[in-house]
Amino acid sequence: MPEQTLAEAWGLARAVLGVVGVGLVLGLVVAAVDRVVVFGASGAAVEPIRSSARLLVEQRRTTLAPDRLLWRIGCVAVPTLALLSLAVVPVAGRTLWSTSADLVWFNAMEALLWAAVWLVGWGPNAVHALTGGYRFLAQGLAYELPLMFALITAGLAAGSLRTTDVVAAQESLWFVVTMPVAFVVFVASAAAFAFWGPFAAPAAADIAGGVTSELSGVDRLLVEAGRAVFLGASAAMAAALFLGGDSGPWLPGPLWHLLKTLAVVAALVWVGRRMPVLRPDRTVEVGWMVLVPLTLLQALVVAVLVLNGFYA
Amino acid sequence: MTAEMVLQIVLTVAAGLIGVGLFGALSQQTIVMVMMGLELVLNGVLLAGGAAWYFLAPELPDAQMLVVVALVVMAVEMAMGFAVTVAFYRARQLDMIDMASDLRG
Amino acid sequence: MLSDLSGWAITAVAVLGVLSVAAGVAVFVVDSMARATFALLASFLAVAGILLALDLVYLAVVTALMMTIEMAIMAVFMIMFMMNPAGLMPMTMVHNAKGSAGTGAGAFVVLVVGIWTIDWPTRDTSRPADSTRQLGEAIMGSHMLVMLVIGVGLFATILAGTVLATARGRYDRFGAGLTAQRPDDPVPGGLPR
Repeated sequence: MPEQTLAEAWGLARAVLGVVGVGLVLGLVVAAVDRVVVFGASGAAVEPIRSSARLLVEQRRTTLAPDRLLWRIGCVAVPTLALLSLAVVPVAGRTLWSTSADLVWFNAMEALLWAAVWLVGWGPNAVHALTGGYRFLAQGLAYELPLMFALITAGLAAGSLRTTDVVAAQESLWFVVTMPVAFVVFVASAAAFAFWGPFAAPAAADIAGGVTSELSGVDRLLVEAGRAVFLGASAAMAAALFLGGDSGPWLPGPLWHLLKTLAVVAALVWVGRRMPVLRPDRTVEVGWMVLVPLTLLQALVVAVLVLNGFYA
Repeated sequence: MTAEMVLQIVLTVAAGLIGVGLFGALSQQTIVMVMMGLELVLNGVLLAGGAAWYFLAPELPDAQMLVVVALVVMAVEMAMGFAVTVAFYRARQLDMIDMASDLRG
Repeated sequence: MLSDLSGWAITAVAVLGVLSVAAGVAVFVVDSMARATFALLASFLAVAGILLALDLVYLAVVTALMMTIEMAIMAVFMIMFMMNPAGLMPMTMVHNAKGSAGTGAGAFVVLVVGIWTIDWPTRDTSRPADSTRQLGEAIMGSHMLVMLVIGVGLFATILAGTVLATARGRYDRFGAGLTAQRPDDPVPGGLPR
């Protein structure tokens, strides 16, 4: 292993705590930026904390004959997967743990979200929640392949699936310059797997909140926090994979990464909140007929550049 | 613990998965449950392949390739199984293999 | 030769092994089809965990990824095709249970006898620094033929699966004379036609 992981540098317990803390802060930042964009600036920083505290003390309501075991598993899994996906995102130049297949790990955590969100929809034994779960799967079929190709394009240019290697490969040129399609697809997919913004159909108002419709108290907090942390983690990943991670003049590296992450979050929320919710039956055809060929073409361009020694 | 013992323990787990999967594939009546049994058998194959790579021949990629092939077999089995289920259901409104026993060759 | 796995790793392998078999048994025991599907997923994830402990990071993560998506789709089909998907009424749908149990147990016993009597050739060989790289180089080099065959097989599966599963052909979409300007699809799709 070429570089030290966060766990080796700080000790396992401290590193895990640190990454969990970073994840929660990122989630809060996403929630705060979202509030600024939607309602204006007043009390944006305090409101997410206040509503979290309110949900913590709120009493759970339940439904008739819920599948309680699967419901709880789904609710706990959403934020857990968000934090696990953060394990391969560089924090202060190092990842919590480093494998030879970091990008696939990130993708797998997002794939496990399919099961988690469907379970959140299945658990309460309620029609709107289950409809939301099915909508998430339908959307998942649309974005999964383009997302995979976008991730693999970054790995292809770096010649490694390790996130820190991908960051190191962008010393001279940010990957977003040569792979803009992959960057846009990645960020859009991030919104899709957090079922947020234009991809919020699984939790849309026309089905009374969909997967979130029967959630209350801690369960709602877990799922909503999981979505926010996933968005934050994906923004940090996008900054690391396509925007050069912690490279930048004058300021220290981690600060650069933070600034880029904040910029991605702000752009994502600002654009996402200005778009209408897409109908889920419209996404699959766009995903397969437009995005898959586009991302494949993007991978081809990058592969030719790699062969010409462009990234060396 | 010797490497051989760890290998034998892992292989025993794989054998357990194969045994349970075989029972499921033979005993279940609905097509989808039969597929779940087959998946469990292949799950055992995955585990055995991984163990073979780690303990027997880590210098060769062959065992890893075997795991990849097993994964692909799972995907193919799943896709074709669902397609056949859908075709069956469309033609005869049935979802149990006993009702299709006239297809026996 | 002593195993180079740490005590923690061996414990994890043992625990995950028991978990995977227990989850596998649960698939055929629980009444709820959703629970059966996710018990199978738990079994897969436990095996992925063992592969992770055995230093096969890529295969472990790919197993988790593929099987999760597969099981999520499996859940849809289970609920579509099974009666009593939530298991609210206990019921069993098995045939020849005794014979099947005998066959399963027999296969297990034969395998276990083989496993514990064979003198396994565990050697002190050099482990590659990076199992993912080893696999990648094999796929794009010495074992490329395997990958080519897999690719053709998957392509054939896509075609065959679509042909079997869809009931509508071009005459349903474009009319008996194939003269319709735009196809008559039950779901409009997202692209303008």
